[in-house]
Amino acid sequence: MEPRPPASTSQATPGTRETLATIDAVIETHRSLPGALLPMLHGIQDRLGHIPGGAVPRIAEALNLSQAEVHGVLSFYHDFRNEPPGRHSLRLCRAEACQAMGCDALETHLHQRHGLSFHGTSTDGSVTLEPVYCLGNCALAPSVLIDGEVRGRVTAEKLDRWIGELKADRGGNP
Amino acid sequence: MSVTVYVPNDSAAIGVGANATAQAISRIAAERGIDLRLIRNGSRGLFWLEPFVEVVTDEGRIGYGPVEAQDVPSLFDAGFLKGGAHRLRLGPPESIPYLARQERLTFSRVGIIDPLSIADYEAHGGGRSLRAALRAQPADLVEEITKSGLRGRGGAAFPAGIKWKTVLQARADQKFVVCNADEGDSGTFSDRMILEGDPFVLIEGMVIAGLAVGATEGYIYLRSEYPHALGILTAALRNAEAAGYLGTNLMGSDRRFHLHIRRGAGAYICGEETAMLESLEGKRGMVRPKPPIPALSGLWGRPTVIHNVMTLATVPWIVDHGSAKYAEFGAGRSRGTLPFQLAGNIRRGGLVEMAFGVTLRELLYDFGGGSASGRPIRAVQVGGPLGAYLPESRFDTPLDYEAFAAAGGMVGHGGIVAFDDTVDMARMARYAMEFCAIESCGKCTPCRIGSTRGVEVIDRVIEGRQRTENLALLRDLCDTLSNASLCAMGGLTPAPVLSALNHFPEDFQRPPAPAPAGRASRTIRRH
Repeated sequence: MEPRPPASTSQATPGTRETLATIDAVIETHRSLPGALLPMLHGIQDRLGHIPGGAVPRIAEALNLSQAEVHGVLSFYHDFRNEPPGRHSLRLCRAEACQAMGCDALETHLHQRHGLSFHGTSTDGSVTLEPVYCLGNCALAPSVLIDGEVRGRVTAEKLDRWIGELKADRGGNP
Repeated sequence: MSVTVYVPNDSAAIGVGANATAQAISRIAAERGIDLRLIRNGSRGLFWLEPFVEVVTDEGRIGYGPVEAQDVPSLFDAGFLKGGAHRLRLGPPESIPYLARQERLTFSRVGIIDPLSIADYEAHGGGRSLRAALRAQPADLVEEITKSGLRGRGGAAFPAGIKWKTVLQARADQKFVVCNADEGDSGTFSDRMILEGDPFVLIEGMVIAGLAVGATEGYIYLRSEYPHALGILTAALRNAEAAGYLGTNLMGSDRRFHLHIRRGAGAYICGEETAMLESLEGKRGMVRPKPPIPALSGLWGRPTVIHNVMTLATVPWIVDHGSAKYAEFGAGRSRGTLPFQLAGNIRRGGLVEMAFGVTLRELLYDFGGGSASGRPIRAVQVGGPLGAYLPESRFDTPLDYEAFAAAGGMVGHGGIVAFDDTVDMARMARYAMEFCAIESCGKCTPCRIGSTRGVEVIDRVIEGRQRTENLALLRDLCDTLSNASLCAMGGLTPAPVLSALNHFPEDFQRPPAPAPAGRASRTIRRH
């Protein structure tokens, strides 16, 4: 699994008309907000699952920023991604409280059993694994976040079951 | 007559099945033709008992837990709606020792009320402080907070009253109140519990702060790792506006306060107040040099009161009960209570609000019941990823800001993470450096580069290469980080590293082992 490449603005993939329309609609909704850039990026990623390169020049123009400034913000924050994720999101907490309850073994298990590494997507495109640093569930560690929902007291067996369900589910993230 | 049942809507409770439990209760009640009113409350914070179900009976509320969906039919059969006997019956929640021993001020309503009901909030004392604040002079409000001794609960423990006074006296066309809800420290969840369990108290605290300092705009910077809290807080803002807690005519007065939520994007450094301001302004979360202090030049260069969730959520209690009453709690210069959070390898993890001065040993054993694994607790990290690791010899130190600092620790946001004797402290030291490398904003060199060099040096120690020289180098590097970093991220990363080295030196002398393979390259990404 390769680490994801740096975001590129020079090779903006020409989005489909619907993608660009979505981006423009989000920009229009947020452009008058003070400090609009993060809400805009979140808005686009919420709808498209990632921030297509083609969004950068449009955001830059709407906010009177340089493309470099937009790219700088986009690449600073761990949440934003410039390529589509898998259909489902699995985030494994690797902060101290979860380490005290064995999250490192879960990471190894995900790698060995499911071929999942941090920042990587399963070969069938169903699950993207990301690390996360604290979900505020530290009394019921170890914890994961699956498609936005916290699960506590996680074991390798539970992970196997949930991943099986995610792989079988054809729906999920945009 | 309708029966009222509470099932928490707290994300930790949901994480162990509270939604399924709630659905099972509703379904079976419908099947049996029972008129049942299901309320989704916050969590009482006794997480090993979640999902913790409560039913309102003639004798008051009776708790059952942990109730999984499969237990629900037998609960109905046992007559739990009338408080019937069952192996999961715990009795009145307030009589459970873990809760009975606590001093809950900030958390007085959490787990008790419907978090989104203004009527419930007001029936339990909510709203009185805001009404009083609308009648008060700003300077008197500031004086009240000053006299209470309230200090910043995010970790820095700066006196809140001094901050308020600075902003009140500043002249500007616009001032702001900003709530730092970027609770990123491992082992902490008190902010999340307030956001999910009693969001109106935070809103009320922010409005009072605005009235006190002359600010009419507020922002809550909420971390993206709390999607469930975001949903509840968003709904709470709507309800608060409808009830006159926010908007242009607060409680029918001519005063106004507008509140906005902004979502973070997964950067730990944005919990640092100046990085958070940059992020709110739509920029990279890079730390600003101080001065100027945010109280004079904060959000968009305007005077800004910045507080953690817990600080602001404590303001209404102080205004309602009086500063003298609040200051009765505590020890030394640490007045009031702190919601401690017991986490990690602990049998009874949860939220323990106590006056400052309680010891680690009381929290870990009297409340926590020792480790979850049953093995001896060997190390405890207090105050998040930048807090020191403490051995058992320090467990009797009272938890107040000064006494704990004198013992080489940091109370911080009150998170307490326990580790049993299987922990390898050299690897925990390595992780502290790795975390700094991942989360450094990159503004200053010691933090940006020193952290990566720190991972490498500790790897060499673990691998058994020139240990004496590399440990000397590690101490030297920590000295540079401590003294030359711009903010607490780089400045305090040496705390867990050096405390591991000083208290657990044997872990750095174990038989050579391969360093955690490739982890750094898989997780450390450049900004």
